[in-house]
Amino acid sequence: MTLRERNLSAAGLAAVLALIATPVSAQEGQRTFSSGYRFVEMSGEELYNNICRGCHMGDAKGAGGAGAYPSLAANPNLESAGYPVTLIVRGRKAMPPFGDMMNDAQVAAVVNYLRTHFGNNYGDVVTAQDVSDARR
Amino acid sequence: MHDEAAGVRRRDLLSLIGAVAGSAAMYHAMTSLGFASESRYQGPVKLEGDPKSASVLVLGAGLAGMTAALELRKAGYQVQVLEFNNRAGGRNWTLRGGDRFTELGGATQTCEFAEGLYINPGPWRIPYHHRALLDYCRRLNVALEPFNQLNHNAFLHATRAFGGTPQRIRAVKADFQGQVSELLAKATRQGRLDEAVTKEDQEVLLEALRSWGALDRNYSYNANLASSEFRGYASAPGGGLAAMPVPSDPVALSDLLKSRLWRYLQNFAHYNFQTTMFQPVGGMDTIGKAFAKELDGIIRCNVKVTKIEQSGRGVTVTFVDTTRSSIVETATADWCVCTIPLSILSQLPLDVSPAMKAAIDAVPYAGSVKIGLQFKRRFWEEDDAIYGGISYTDLPIRQIAYPNTGYNRTGRGVLLGAYLFDGANCYEFTAMPPEERVARAVEFGAALHPQYKREFENGIAVAWHRVPFTLGCSGDWSEQARKQHYANLCQIDGRIVLAGEHASALPAWQEGAILSALDAITRLHQRVVKA
Repeated sequence: MTLRERNLSAAGLAAVLALIATPVSAQEGQRTFSSGYRFVEMSGEELYNNICRGCHMGDAKGAGGAGAYPSLAANPNLESAGYPVTLIVRGRKAMPPFGDMMNDAQVAAVVNYLRTHFGNNYGDVVTAQDVSDARR
Repeated sequence: MHDEAAGVRRRDLLSLIGAVAGSAAMYHAMTSLGFASESRYQGPVKLEGDPKSASVLVLGAGLAGMTAALELRKAGYQVQVLEFNNRAGGRNWTLRGGDRFTELGGATQTCEFAEGLYINPGPWRIPYHHRALLDYCRRLNVALEPFNQLNHNAFLHATRAFGGTPQRIRAVKADFQGQVSELLAKATRQGRLDEAVTKEDQEVLLEALRSWGALDRNYSYNANLASSEFRGYASAPGGGLAAMPVPSDPVALSDLLKSRLWRYLQNFAHYNFQTTMFQPVGGMDTIGKAFAKELDGIIRCNVKVTKIEQSGRGVTVTFVDTTRSSIVETATADWCVCTIPLSILSQLPLDVSPAMKAAIDAVPYAGSVKIGLQFKRRFWEEDDAIYGGISYTDLPIRQIAYPNTGYNRTGRGVLLGAYLFDGANCYEFTAMPPEERVARAVEFGAALHPQYKREFENGIAVAWHRVPFTLGCSGDWSEQARKQHYANLCQIDGRIVLAGEHASALPAWQEGAILSALDAITRLHQRVVKA
């Protein structure tokens, strides 16, 4: 039984939930749910998997329909750390702003995760202070 | 007769106010006296004057696009509609057994609901004052039935209150009214309101509090047959020997406040959620299908627009047919009504003024998640006596909405097992694979209905940020963006005008889409006949 299978029977459902409750990998591990308007996830990996992945997908390659979600994989726009920081805090076009839903440390964490994964390899680290400065 | 007399007096008063203080004051007076229009809808649009067979290209066959197409064609225009999906309707959409849905990212779900069962993943309820939409339903013969926004016997649920036991809306509402009334009555009788309320009014206030709050003769809210008539009985009135009712015990004010269940009561007070609400019989897409039937032959589906250009002479739209996407085609017309969601339009090359382009780029798109669940039996009716309506919870699923149709039947049923709109949980649910969304909805929902685990059969989950034809649920205007950009978005820009819920003050409502289209084509037509 994998998460990819459709049409869960009651038994299948129990199996899926058992699978979810026991971390099988970092990606399909225990699910965190926020309790209010703001996100409670703190690590860059969990923030990416629980939020960004909704549109930019598990492989960060985005997706396309009538319009598209851009790929963040091996993306040269991430070279300048200020770009993703500003984009996450303020939003851009249809992408909602997350500045009110994440604190400075959370924005820094997810930017650092993005800039060191999915074929991105930028060594300079973004700090919460950098995010705080970008909010001004 | 009494009402008529009062009406005449009110009208006399209004003309007096109008004469003395001018029309603005009269409008304010009208509003407060309940006379002003509840809708901007003026009845069927009248596009008078000859458009001399001018042509219009309508982009998008949702309710805005189809309203524009229907009315422009009637006024004598040559109309062609281009639609991305393989069906008309847009967000006016229903999922039934056998339907397949592929979301962005490629996950495909096949709806496994039994015959006759459905969910509306997009809009699902129609307020009585959405007069434009109701008028089109009437004109297109779409049958309506009541949508229950408030079911007194549905649940309010807080994980950390009352040991996690869901409370009946009826009891929470009655206790909140009763406890607040008792408190206010106490303050009144202790003279604490003497500065704010005259003695004469205090008498009336006490009388009102007793009536509204089900207080006893001492202005106390406690267990008795009067309060039980509001909140329900420990043992309800019956027949025969042991027929007499037994009162139930109200919840104490402090417990009620701490539970925070009161915060859900506003869902029954908002203007857009007030009774009477409606739903189309058989599914929301009945409306879209009725429009599409009228427009048979002029809607071209499976079209992905890639560029919109204009000159002084007309509009050229470049597109690909998504069923054979290697071929690039163009369509031309004198004018264009574009209802493409801004989430997509902002990504297209588009010949419009910098001000309109800035407006298109200024609107983020909200997320929303709806999950339909099929169960072996309608246990919410059979076991819990919940017929339609909505239960609210602080769990991430937020709502459980029961079907407002097919009541009291044996056999399978489908309910809406989650409805999230914006907020952190909405993103968290969107980021999951569809099967996990369904599994989580079953897991969370079992806190309100333990029957879930035995009775669940299958489900389908739609996360609107993953919907290929909208990339979101609706335009999420900030107050500041509206101030700065809204008027620029709604202007006619050369030969192009935009329409849709995003170009209305009723975001995410079908009424907004229709009113926006009617306004856009009225202004466009004025320009055409003047030229």
